[in-house]
Amino acid sequence: MAQDGQSTELTASGDHDEVETLSPGTAVVSSDAVRDPGLPPHRLRVTDTDPKKAKRAERVVYTLFYLSLAGSLFAVAAYMAFPIIPEDLLSVRLNNMFIGVGITLALLGIGIGAVHWGKALMHDHEAIDLRHPVRGTDETRARAVEIIQEANEESGFGRRSLIRNTLIGALVAFPLPAVVLFRGLAPEGEDPVELLENTAWEAGTRLARDPDGTPIRASDVTIGSVFHVIPEGLAEMEHMLEEKAKAIVLLMRLKPEDLNEEESKKDWSYNGIVAYSKVCTHVGCPVALYEQQTHHLLCPCHQSQFDVANHAAVIFGPAARPLPQLPIAVDDEGYLVAQSDFKEPVGPSFWERH
Amino acid sequence: MSTTTEDRPAPVAEKRSGGVTAAASNYLDERTSISAVVKEFGRKVFPDHWSFLLGEVALYSFVVILLSGTFLTFFFQASMVEVEYDGSYVPLKGVEMSAAMASSLDISFDIRGGLLMRQIHHWAALLFVAAIGLHMMRIFFTGAFRKPREINWVIGFVLFILAMAEGFTGYSLPDDLLSGNGLRIIDGMVKGIPLVGTWISFLLFGGEFPGTAIVGRLYTLHILLLPALVLLFIALHLVFVVVHKHTQFGGPGKTQQNVVGYPVMPVYAAKAGGFFFIVFGVIAFLASFFTINPIWNYGPYDPSPVSAGTQPDWYIGFADGALRLIPPHLEFVLLDRTWSFNIIIPLAALGLFIVLALIYPFIEAWITGDKREHHILDRPRNAATRTAIGAAGLTFYAGLWAAASSDIIATHFMVTMEGVIHTLQAVVIVGPFIAYFLTKRICLALQKKDREIVLHGYESGRIIRLPGGEYIEKHEPIDEYQRWKLVSYHDYKPLMIRPNSRGKISVGQKARASLSRWFFEDRIAPPSRGEIEASHGDH
Repeated sequence: MAQDGQSTELTASGDHDEVETLSPGTAVVSSDAVRDPGLPPHRLRVTDTDPKKAKRAERVVYTLFYLSLAGSLFAVAAYMAFPIIPEDLLSVRLNNMFIGVGITLALLGIGIGAVHWGKALMHDHEAIDLRHPVRGTDETRARAVEIIQEANEESGFGRRSLIRNTLIGALVAFPLPAVVLFRGLAPEGEDPVELLENTAWEAGTRLARDPDGTPIRASDVTIGSVFHVIPEGLAEMEHMLEEKAKAIVLLMRLKPEDLNEEESKKDWSYNGIVAYSKVCTHVGCPVALYEQQTHHLLCPCHQSQFDVANHAAVIFGPAARPLPQLPIAVDDEGYLVAQSDFKEPVGPSFWERH
Repeated sequence: MSTTTEDRPAPVAEKRSGGVTAAASNYLDERTSISAVVKEFGRKVFPDHWSFLLGEVALYSFVVILLSGTFLTFFFQASMVEVEYDGSYVPLKGVEMSAAMASSLDISFDIRGGLLMRQIHHWAALLFVAAIGLHMMRIFFTGAFRKPREINWVIGFVLFILAMAEGFTGYSLPDDLLSGNGLRIIDGMVKGIPLVGTWISFLLFGGEFPGTAIVGRLYTLHILLLPALVLLFIALHLVFVVVHKHTQFGGPGKTQQNVVGYPVMPVYAAKAGGFFFIVFGVIAFLASFFTINPIWNYGPYDPSPVSAGTQPDWYIGFADGALRLIPPHLEFVLLDRTWSFNIIIPLAALGLFIVLALIYPFIEAWITGDKREHHILDRPRNAATRTAIGAAGLTFYAGLWAAASSDIIATHFMVTMEGVIHTLQAVVIVGPFIAYFLTKRICLALQKKDREIVLHGYESGRIIRLPGGEYIEKHEPIDEYQRWKLVSYHDYKPLMIRPNSRGKISVGQKARASLSRWFFEDRIAPPSRGEIEASHGDH
């Protein structure tokens, strides 16, 4: 298009030779290209030709502005007329809706009115701005280079290389303390790896219901049932949420013949009752959807599926590792207890895990 | 600067002693030199096109976000201190929760208009990211990123990423069940990063997840650091829009050396200013009638309960979807360390996708070797390969995005979860290629159609019976203005490589030549004058 009539005229005026010398690369520059016919004739609007239509457009615009005014006042009135009555949800809804309607009206009135004014009534002849190359003119660029050379000369930035290089070194180093200061984001004297490897479960901790914390008897767990479990006494712990995020467990009872247990883990279950960490080994969502018929657990976040009958092995989805199993037993009073902590870290994988 | 296309009556000479306005203007100008600003920008011309509004929507929704967000800061408490909720929402009365959650509930249920402001803020945020995305698509498909605007594309891209970061940090502030779960996923992802992941998570959460620090930290990011960066980049973005002047679509009278449109004062001030109120009004309408993020239904964060079918806000969907599509067991213990490729692969894939989109303008510029400034926008069909690449990228993104709803798709359409995941895995891997080829063919076909219309006119619908009994449809030539729209585009041919002065062809040149072949081998040249003349009387 650099070849069209109009721009040739412009370049001929000497304004843009710099642009024209720039390489078009692999663009095809044809001398036989169609010429730009120039701006088409202006078309008048109905509001230009018909004074009645113009008058009507004017009425529409100021009516919209009036409506906006009414909307603002309505919103203020609604604030007072529709107070929130404690414990009454409907009042919140009405308050939200009526203040909102007033504000909407106030805003749309201004907006639509102004746009309509601009489109229907304001002078609509197209205007033309000329573009200039983004690069500075040759004189400007020459002067800029000159200034930088002068500055270089006067400061000796290029010549006194030791000064320059030590300055660069100092400038690189000076933000380092700020980076180091951010070590304070996490508590000192704690090792994240160690923390991630331990949970609140200990030998003898009773399995309790989530969230009320009442302990569970083995006899309460019927075949096919599932319990959301926390360690007993969790509510009193100092870092309750952090402990809970690691210690949550799902307890299920399958028919013993359905369980496909490894020899070494046979005594981790009790009478078909098995306990698995509820924290997904993918990125840590609670794996809480249990399908009784298939003994599958499903994580609602990324749809990893675990087979409870096979030590919670991954059968689908992005997770890689089975859910860690909590070895359980029954105490003298018939309550389910943990034999120990989990034998491996629970939850998402981390670099130092092995 | 600007010349109108028609002579207009000279403005009536203003009175010298012009009352209060003139006095105030004079006072101001003598102290600020503001008349220079009015002179420079008052009649600056902006071209008209509906797609130019997308960037405006983004800008205006950000203003709405700032206004509503400022209101919210007066009431929100960015603290994870445990409190017992004692507000108006009965189902949660007496429940232990963080002060952040309790104050979010108070904003919703105890402060008049508070819920409205929360919903305006959230709806505006959703619109903000959506408008940026659409704006970027407009820029990409019309080639508006070409010289001299490559850097502004990068600035805009950074804004897109900042907007998503703003969205995610804001989503996490109320400390409700869903936002806590979102943080849990972030924690899990961060921990999967080799070498530094465990410690980054530990530093981010100030200890173990969830800790009591994260909401306060995200708040600092959300209301201080990120908005400052967004404002800075918006300012830069707009400065460059002024420096470059706005692009325009090709058309009669529109050249690389002019901008045809309407002046800022008064037409654009009215239209763009009015449009701000329309955008704000639409957001207020949404907030009045449509609930968004009902945290009271979710309850406070607790690591144990879970709700099936929950979704992140739409703009995080592609990342969540990427996590879902990874097949099982992609994790190894090697050299006594855990390599979580189920995390590393999606992170790397998304990173690569983002980097490729970010540097695309530079790649295309290198292939074409075109050093001229480009101010006339391409019709997407006339840059077939670029449009096809864009379609492929969008298909990839859309596949990931859909995967974030895999469970909802499965339950809603009564299909298996596994089937949905496998299908979407195919969409993400094969879909881009199909989209590429389809789009390229469609573009080329449309170009052929344009060429046909220019050379042989449009189908008039008039059927004529010739003396011999043959029926033909009369084609009418199009007028020169319409014709110009169809023929005024850049046409590139594949690069011919030639040996350099030492008689060698460098590897870079070879790569550029093969990319150039890929881009421009299939090309439809715009009809020339000679061709048009030759075609007269053809039919």
